[in-house]
Amino acid sequence: MDTEPKFFETNPQSGSVGQPLDRVDGRAKVTGQARYSAEFNNLPGLVHAVLKTSDVAKGRIQSIDTSAALKEPGVLAILTHQNLPKLAKTPNDAQSKKAIGAPMGFLPLTSDQIHYAGQAVAVVVADTLERAQHAAALVRVNIAAEKPAASYEDPKAELFDPQKVQDGKTPGHTVRGNPKAAFAASPVQLTHTYVHAINHHNPMEPGATTAHWEAADRLTVYEATQGVTRTQKALSTMLGLAAEQVRVVTKYIGGGFGCKGSSWPHTVLTVQTAKAVGRPVKLSLTRPQMFTSMGHREDQTQTLKIGATKDGKLTALIHEKTSTTSPWDDYAEPNSRIINLLYACPTFESSYQLARANVMTSTFMRAPGEAPGSFAIECSMDDLAYQLGIDPLEIRLRNYAEKDPSNGKPWSSKSLKQCYARGAELFGWSKRNPKAGATHDGRLLVGWGMATASYPVHNNQGTARVRLYADGHALVQTGATDLGTGTYTVMTQVAADALWITPDKVRFELGDTKLPTAPNSGGSVAAGTVSSSIYMAAQDVWQKLIKQATQDKKSPLFRAKPADVVVEKGRMVLKSDKTKGEDFATLMKRNEMSDVEGSGNGKYGAGYESGLAAGPADSGHQDDMAGHSMHSFGAHFCEVKVDPDLGTVRVTRWVSVHAAGRILNAKTARSQIIGGSIFGIGCALMEATKRDQNFARYTNATLADYHIPVSADIPEMTVEFVNEHDPYINAMGVKGIGEISMVGVAAAVANAVFHATGKRIRSLPITPDKVLETKMVQV
Amino acid sequence: MNNFSYTQAGSAKEATAIRKANPQAAYIAGGTTLLDLMKANLEEHPQLVDINMLPFRGIEQTPDGLRIGAMERMSDVGENPLVLQQYPAISESLLLAASPQLRNMASIGGNILQRTRCGYFRDAAFPCNKRVPGSGCPALQGDNHNLAILGTSDACIATSYPGDLSVALAALDAVLTLENQKGKQRRVPVTEFYLLPGKTPQKETMLEPGELIVAVTIPAAVHARRSTYLKVRERASYAYALASAAVGLDVQGGTIRSARVALGGVGAQPWRSREAEKILTGAPATEATFRAAAAAALRGAQPRSENRYKVELAQNTLVQALQKVAG
Repeated sequence: MDTEPKFFETNPQSGSVGQPLDRVDGRAKVTGQARYSAEFNNLPGLVHAVLKTSDVAKGRIQSIDTSAALKEPGVLAILTHQNLPKLAKTPNDAQSKKAIGAPMGFLPLTSDQIHYAGQAVAVVVADTLERAQHAAALVRVNIAAEKPAASYEDPKAELFDPQKVQDGKTPGHTVRGNPKAAFAASPVQLTHTYVHAINHHNPMEPGATTAHWEAADRLTVYEATQGVTRTQKALSTMLGLAAEQVRVVTKYIGGGFGCKGSSWPHTVLTVQTAKAVGRPVKLSLTRPQMFTSMGHREDQTQTLKIGATKDGKLTALIHEKTSTTSPWDDYAEPNSRIINLLYACPTFESSYQLARANVMTSTFMRAPGEAPGSFAIECSMDDLAYQLGIDPLEIRLRNYAEKDPSNGKPWSSKSLKQCYARGAELFGWSKRNPKAGATHDGRLLVGWGMATASYPVHNNQGTARVRLYADGHALVQTGATDLGTGTYTVMTQVAADALWITPDKVRFELGDTKLPTAPNSGGSVAAGTVSSSIYMAAQDVWQKLIKQATQDKKSPLFRAKPADVVVEKGRMVLKSDKTKGEDFATLMKRNEMSDVEGSGNGKYGAGYESGLAAGPADSGHQDDMAGHSMHSFGAHFCEVKVDPDLGTVRVTRWVSVHAAGRILNAKTARSQIIGGSIFGIGCALMEATKRDQNFARYTNATLADYHIPVSADIPEMTVEFVNEHDPYINAMGVKGIGEISMVGVAAAVANAVFHATGKRIRSLPITPDKVLETKMVQV
Repeated sequence: MNNFSYTQAGSAKEATAIRKANPQAAYIAGGTTLLDLMKANLEEHPQLVDINMLPFRGIEQTPDGLRIGAMERMSDVGENPLVLQQYPAISESLLLAASPQLRNMASIGGNILQRTRCGYFRDAAFPCNKRVPGSGCPALQGDNHNLAILGTSDACIATSYPGDLSVALAALDAVLTLENQKGKQRRVPVTEFYLLPGKTPQKETMLEPGELIVAVTIPAAVHARRSTYLKVRERASYAYALASAAVGLDVQGGTIRSARVALGGVGAQPWRSREAEKILTGAPATEATFRAAAAAALRGAQPRSENRYKVELAQNTLVQALQKVAG
């Protein structure tokens, strides 16, 4: 690329950023030293809580008989809606929900109402986990059950048009131009409906809370959360405490994928239980409870109309989505966002329809909106290509958006063409048989498919603290979290390079509200925000050192203007005469400084180039955030082999090429793209939570029955990144890759299945029954 | 999970005596089924009788065929050279099941007695005639995507035995040796061991209370040596079959001398299809014959709202398995 930032270009002896450094926390994890939120077992008097949940999906609690359970040895307390310590605020009204930042407008154990199956109705506490579990089984809950509404397909669930969806973030209706007229006038018209099964995040580590009231007004919570600050805010608001009275600690997370991005009911229920029993309490959700405690990707149907010219240029996109939501919240993933901006199209319309049913509120799950939205648009683009006899890659190039069609803004950077080209080269796309259903490997049908990926660079900010010691090591702190994807590692690299020391000299700490505030690790914001805040904090350290040097008579930089001093190869030198200067250790030792501390605020739109200027970001690029549309882009290429008689689909080759700004660690980034692609392959081929339509209760809430891919489902995967320099997004030029890795994956698989079989399957997951029962289409 | 006591039994006599004294007690071998059920509060036993010490061991040739002790582990049997060479369908059915960790734990006897994965059975919040007789079967109008289409009743449409091994055992005429509380042994063919649900889906096998599975014996035969087990599922491993077929053929000069066919994943119990065998026997080993046999095997199928696909899938699975052994 044209201008690699000078800082790292001239940093060869450090140069850690981008290198495939092994995980700095790897040894701690594999030796069991890494402590997850349910592993703080040495708290004084720690006891165990388990949830008792509702069998039925709708009704009213008549009575709860705890007598038998309370007689069991070791049982300390059973909390129900009748005796839960009162909260200052609950999310049960819209205003409080907003103040708390709750994902769901209802807190169990605050009324006798049952709104969904699996809703917590009691918390049972005992001295051991086994005794708590046993006692919970003895609690008898008598519920006057009513007939529940199960989904948007249930006639009992009335459909309505929400003003806004996704907690008010996305309008329920959007129009650009005159799409209806444009569609009607289009020589090529496609109308297709896409169905998406309920998906659950299913991180390896379940939701877990360890609550410790250290005093009546001082609480520490070890929580499996993607954001300690968000949890602190939720808890302090509900408890009526000041934020500083609640400390939230999250040292390690075993995956989250969005379900740990909000504070769900079990957390505050554990906190209240700890208050009631006066001892630290630990609660870990069971796997079945994970299906009804921390949200899910909602069941949904999308209808997409595409109007195009005969040479394949889009003229109209009309998107409708219908999905299921809870009795209280208007939540739907914003599928329309990606459809509005992925291709150049002069007109666009989207609308959302919701149905209230007896389910908990759905929530963001890896690439919320973009993942299912891309399934619709990328399958329809494939249809358009086949219908017009144009190569699927070519049809995407013909509709390449040189600026963001949704708002007319230029992209801050976009390297999608390079991703297409490199992906096609790695995959051998040029050898593609243009005919569907025509490539065989013995009795198997072979198909190739591809799809585009895109994900926004969300605007966020966070702070970090960097303390550099005279002996050459550094302590770097920020209240970020590491989902398991490598935050510990990449931030160590960033700090090392920014301070011109080696990674082994950096101690990086995160996951504690005592540390400077960082955003939730969600929406792919952590890498960019946290790395930029560390970078800026390191610049603050350098500025303090430069100031010290310019005031130190013994320094070669004495009386220089700080603005005339730059840092090069770890030395502070005069811009005009780089032989004049000294290193930080010399300066600090001479001045008897044991350490110097800096802080920094990393934010999107602050500007990459301005961040490079040693010192706080100037405002030169502040407006660029508003002036540019900021997105990552990529492309997936997939080969499948389909047994036409058995309906089984196996992915046999995979290539993903992404451009996401600066890549901080080649190894962890590759792993994250592989993980996201596998996540998407699971969504494409097997993941589906089945909700019984009469009982509104899941029938496969276990990992034996809710299928996610096993190693045998996944081939060797090829992942590459296109080198991309984005001068606008943030000081480090990092876009984040957690979500984009999954966007387009289901479509790439579905498109490959179509190419293999001539069968267009628009319902996820693509299971053998659908392969067998879908008719071939004539193209 | 309820509180329970744990007793190790050193002999069959000891084990059955404990069960006789405490009829609610349960035998435990590998525990891979039982403990799951107890953790989900689907089974409650005041006492577990560990039968791993029982001398029901050995994988050996006998005049009746290969005798496998009920306490042998799935992995050991699946990888045994005699089983691999003489009964490939048995070996394949074991090695395609579960995961290596589970196969290392699970016993042959326990595998034969594993219980259904029907989601309504596995969750005590639902009614289920198998679990609570007379409570109803929500699967009839609900999630029956992976339930049975053969041998079902209006009381139950579960694939009562969801596994793989017994499908291969049923195909290859395996016979179980059982020992009751009086120390008396009897021999029961696998095809008769499992009961159809009818109006009593809670009665799954003809095992008497306290009776133990001692061993399973599989007769030697050409169709056993030339056998295979084909398993179809959404993911490549660690999943129950949507449909499976255990088949054995003795083909000479292009003509089928003898044939053995059983289906899994589609029957209320491991589904031996003598109708298919009748069509195969004496017929040319051609795809047309296999198709006719498959059609015969599924003739009585009664699919429900979400499992119509299994009719075609099971036929295609059977045809593919037959093609494989026919060579």
